[in-house]
Amino acid sequence: MTVLDQPSSATPLLEVTELAQRYTLPRESLFRPAAQVHALNGVTARVMPGRSLGVVGESGSGKSTLARLVMALERPSSGQVVMMGRDLNRMPPDELRHARRDFQMVFQDPYGSLDPRQTIARIVAEPLTALGRIDRAGLRERVATVLRQVGLRDADMDKFPHEFSGGQRQRIAIARALITRPKLIVADEPVSALDVSVQAQVLNLMQDLQDEFGLSYILISHDLAVVDLICDEIAVMYLGRIVEQGHPADLFAHSAHPYTRALLDAVPRARAGGVRRRRGAQAIVSQSSVTAGCPYAPRCPLADQHCRETAPALRSVGDTHLAACHHAEAVMALPPVVAEAG
Amino acid sequence: MANADAPLIEVKDLGVRLNTSRGPAQAVRGVSFTLRRGETLGLVGESGCGKSVTALALMGLLPDSAVISGSIRLEGAELVGLPDAAYCKLRGNRISMIFQEPMTALNPMHTIGRQVAEPLLRHTSVSAAEARQEAIALLDRVGLPDASKRIDAYPHQFSGGQRQRITIAMALACQPDVLIADEPTTALDVTIQGQILDLIADLVAERGMAMILISHDLGVIAENVARMMVMYGGTVVESGETQAVFTRMGHPYTQGLFRARPRLGARKGTRLTTIAGTVPELADLPAGCTFADRCAIVEARCRAALPPVVDVGGSHGVRCIRTDVSMADGGVVA
Amino acid sequence: MSAPLTAAAGTAAIAPGARPVTGFWRRALRHRSFLLGAVLSLFVLGAALLSLVWTPWSAYDIDVASKLHPPSAAHWLGTDVLGRDIVSLLLVGARSTIMVGVIAVGIGLSFGVGLGLVAAARKGWTEELIMRMSDFTFAFPAVLSAIMLAAVAGPGMVTSITAIGIFQIPTFVRVTRGSANAIWAREFVLAARAAGKGSFRITIEHVLPNILSILIVQATIQFALAILAEAALSYLGLGTQPPQPSWGRMLNDAQTLLFQSPMLAVYPGAAIAIAVLGLNLLGDGLRDLLDPRLARER
Repeated sequence: MTVLDQPSSATPLLEVTELAQRYTLPRESLFRPAAQVHALNGVTARVMPGRSLGVVGESGSGKSTLARLVMALERPSSGQVVMMGRDLNRMPPDELRHARRDFQMVFQDPYGSLDPRQTIARIVAEPLTALGRIDRAGLRERVATVLRQVGLRDADMDKFPHEFSGGQRQRIAIARALITRPKLIVADEPVSALDVSVQAQVLNLMQDLQDEFGLSYILISHDLAVVDLICDEIAVMYLGRIVEQGHPADLFAHSAHPYTRALLDAVPRARAGGVRRRRGAQAIVSQSSVTAGCPYAPRCPLADQHCRETAPALRSVGDTHLAACHHAEAVMALPPVVAEAG
Repeated sequence: MANADAPLIEVKDLGVRLNTSRGPAQAVRGVSFTLRRGETLGLVGESGCGKSVTALALMGLLPDSAVISGSIRLEGAELVGLPDAAYCKLRGNRISMIFQEPMTALNPMHTIGRQVAEPLLRHTSVSAAEARQEAIALLDRVGLPDASKRIDAYPHQFSGGQRQRITIAMALACQPDVLIADEPTTALDVTIQGQILDLIADLVAERGMAMILISHDLGVIAENVARMMVMYGGTVVESGETQAVFTRMGHPYTQGLFRARPRLGARKGTRLTTIAGTVPELADLPAGCTFADRCAIVEARCRAALPPVVDVGGSHGVRCIRTDVSMADGGVVA
Repeated sequence: MSAPLTAAAGTAAIAPGARPVTGFWRRALRHRSFLLGAVLSLFVLGAALLSLVWTPWSAYDIDVASKLHPPSAAHWLGTDVLGRDIVSLLLVGARSTIMVGVIAVGIGLSFGVGLGLVAAARKGWTEELIMRMSDFTFAFPAVLSAIMLAAVAGPGMVTSITAIGIFQIPTFVRVTRGSANAIWAREFVLAARAAGKGSFRITIEHVLPNILSILIVQATIQFALAILAEAALSYLGLGTQPPQPSWGRMLNDAQTLLFQSPMLAVYPGAAIAIAVLGLNLLGDGLRDLLDPRLARER
């Protein structure tokens, strides 16, 4: 295998700046203006070549919106997505189409993301055929190569998606993303629809490919453990904002945001004597209600008057460790959430 | 409510034969367990292992083409072969179920109050006004904010977690004896998951129900039930006190399932131990041990016949003839 | 409890969207209404083809001397008021019926599907415009537009075909847009967009193949509607013009003699019923056979 050209490590592979996305809801009343949802609220992040970023959060945190914006499947309301020095949203359509060979996507649903009426060869070759005409023999050769790389056989090329299990389909989806030799793969919940035993196979495959091709992932997941396994850096999102960002070890050992702690605490531990830990009832606030103050304050056990009045900015709380909390230092001083043994 | 020590539900050698697209298949074989009031049992396994089919068999909700063998007794009364009309009197009344996807379990065209009151009106002789009052009390109990004000709202006006609270209120309306929760938190966010499981546990303790919790997540099982059964290919491969199973896992499948989970705090680049192959389709199950094709310590005799359950101590059963090897170092310790 | 208790369990072994073609013919041969529909439709088609090479008598020769004969060895179903052989008229009538159906459905399909696909791909005001236009067209039933067209261009087969065809467009627009929208919402379309495919290529490569079975079923049912509309127009004298035989025309001719020789109305009526019934059964059968979800049940 040829190793990908490594651009000088000084230029980030991907840089998103103050990214915001608003969706307009259908009008409920003729006389009131249509409500807006702030799906993304000023997100700034960068991915260096060969490094991987994990994005963690619950439904409505904006993590899937971020994925779609990075993939240039939508235009942001404001902010920039800069891939290898070029703003994706300012490129002419034809250039953007060709630039897409550098960033590909793997979706959550292994059943929905493959066209049931196309052969595996056609599905996997799609990112190449989208770029223009390529000779058939060469195309099949490349499809065979990537299929082998994801652990499938050449003979699978002429089959249809329904002939494969969920895990195999996700391998096919990964093969499709790999075929252009991209530098970045955006994976949106790539294993959450898979059985546990199959999930492990796909995660190992993703690691292998990362080692082999120097790939970067943006791995979007609700599962902290999955992100921990693949990523060099983790961003925790809450209501369209990054509330904490840093190396996995720092994030888990010294969480600086109460929300990260709540997420870690909520993960059930598979071990003997696992006693149920009581969780306090937490009110959920909706995204459309924009209020002053910290968005997490209504759920936060540490919230005080200051939190409810002034929104905390994302600030440095350590080496390469950012958090958006007025009480970050106090939170970090708490004993770490007990990690699972074994 | 007679003798509290008498078994509430008794399942013996339950078998289910289903017609699948690939022909008839034995979806469940030899499942047996007994539950008393207040007891909790977890069913854990991957897709197609038979855990949901077992639950549907208990609810009498399998398609007509399914062939059920063995016995299911509710306080001594046999349920297998019961006509559907008689089963309807039990469902939602004495046995209730909570489903994975709260949105599809609720009728979008009816108010939540009507849906919670419906089982009451059907199974008891309360008036509509009384049923409404009871529905408000139930919704209040499951932690729906402003229950009395929101009783006439429709399902889409609630969040996922709130909807699951509403389906729980529906399931509890008639004070059932047995509650079956099939992946009740899989569709919910992790922080909501804890709250819902807390709620279910409180209600089980408060009302003295027996609960069967179905999940694919070993963590959820570990924290929420006293006893557990691990299912694979329609058979129970391991069963026992949750504490005992997690202390010393005996079956290669349970061990594999446990090792395959990504763990918090594992360093980047840690390789997960996988189980080779894929979950077989029910129609393709091997003869003999259902796990044989994926097992690392398989022998010829494993394929000869379905292994018997070996008691490895303290009613901890393992359906494996090679526990001498799989549990050599005390098994996998969680 | 009003919960969905479908085959949620182990029966869902085959994933949704499984390729429906597998074992199509095997399942088709066991599907009774599909078989009956196919036989009836082929019967009508066979009659039309036969009339091209052979009819017992000429369908155009008028022989007033032998008018209104009862069925006999020479005239199997007898003769009409002008002495024409009924069997020959029915055979040749099948021809115009099928021709009208094919051309009208062809017009409806090509314009309707095209516009429906554009509406689904473009969204926004384009979609709005197309849908409002099709609503407008839909407000004029085939008979009404045929009368208006006939007033301008004169009655005749071309007029009736055009009117029926135009009337078919909105139905195809709606069916196409609805099912295409569902495909556009699928993740594999998002994957194609992420790969850099434009909406034209996505429409051709992903959307159209996935809605084809729905369109085939719809076309079969529209064919039956076109036959009915053609019969109605010919009966009103706006469709096929004499001496060209047509089933609707035959009904019209039979009307004045309804009490004298009622069988004259029964024959073309039965022919229309057979064709419409056959196509509807065929359409229903295809719907079952091409639907992967239903395919699993069988």
